[in-house]
Amino acid sequence: MEYSNLRRQTIFMKKNLFDQGFLDEQFNQLEELQDESSPNFVEEVVDLFFKDSSRLLTNIEQAIDKYPQDFYRLDSLVHQFKGSGSSIGALRVKNECSVFKAHCNDRSLEGCRRSFQKIKREHATLKQKLESYFQLLRQVGPREHAVSSRK
Amino acid sequence: MSIGAGAGGGVVAGLAAPAATGVAAAPHVLAVDDSSVDRAVIAGILRSSRFRVTAVDSGKRALELLGSEPNVSMIITDYWMPEMTGYELLKKVKGSSKLKKIPVVIMSSENVPTRISRCLEEGAEDFLVKPVRPSDVSRLFSRVLP
Repeated sequence: MEYSNLRRQTIFMKKNLFDQGFLDEQFNQLEELQDESSPNFVEEVVDLFFKDSSRLLTNIEQAIDKYPQDFYRLDSLVHQFKGSGSSIGALRVKNECSVFKAHCNDRSLEGCRRSFQKIKREHATLKQKLESYFQLLRQVGPREHAVSSRK
Repeated sequence: MSIGAGAGGGVVAGLAAPAATGVAAAPHVLAVDDSSVDRAVIAGILRSSRFRVTAVDSGKRALELLGSEPNVSMIITDYWMPEMTGYELLKKVKGSSKLKKIPVVIMSSENVPTRISRCLEEGAEDFLVKPVRPSDVSRLFSRVLP
């Protein structure tokens, strides 16, 4: 039956996201908060993250290219990015932000540049994967969000 | 109800005002965080615990609201915010004869012992390390808001 096949796919997709380290337990915690009155809570929060983070990425890029480098500001921007990533369970993004912060601490511009490229990649990959996940969830139907989140 | 994060960060998520059924109004919690994502998360956690929530994006807006809205049962605020930190907000609340009785909880992504003890000494009810989880909040609120 098409419906249970879709459901299986969402479960499989989510398991992959966890197994491959894209997401951590915080994402599950957010899914637990979904109910009839707020059936799209996680997707809404994730949308906020990508809207906010796109702006932060632009600011970080500008700050990296600025001379002389302001490592304090760079650290502060990535700290914000790391914080909101952590709040949605974006594990790989969060971890790469920690690496970036370590480079800021060492005042290594080259390290920051390398790390920033990784952050951008992880961010783009996560965005694509979560878009697919939510698209699939929408096909399954709102009632199933609450059920599948309890798995 | 959905999350609507406006420019001023005035996310409001909560129950409608109770009808004349004798049921007590849900406690009103003021959440303060400059991150739109974190505001949405804390509002979602509070909403699921049946609190009435107002979420604002700065200490300044929090104080404005506290000035006009007397019925706030608890304040939960981020520590690191531009212009006014959560610690500074805490000091202002505890320094006000009108507001000092309101419990204040601090949230921070950094687990810094000196920061934690400073906040507790200043009268914070508790200190939560981010990311904040539903279990952190329900444990805290059952203690602070019986």
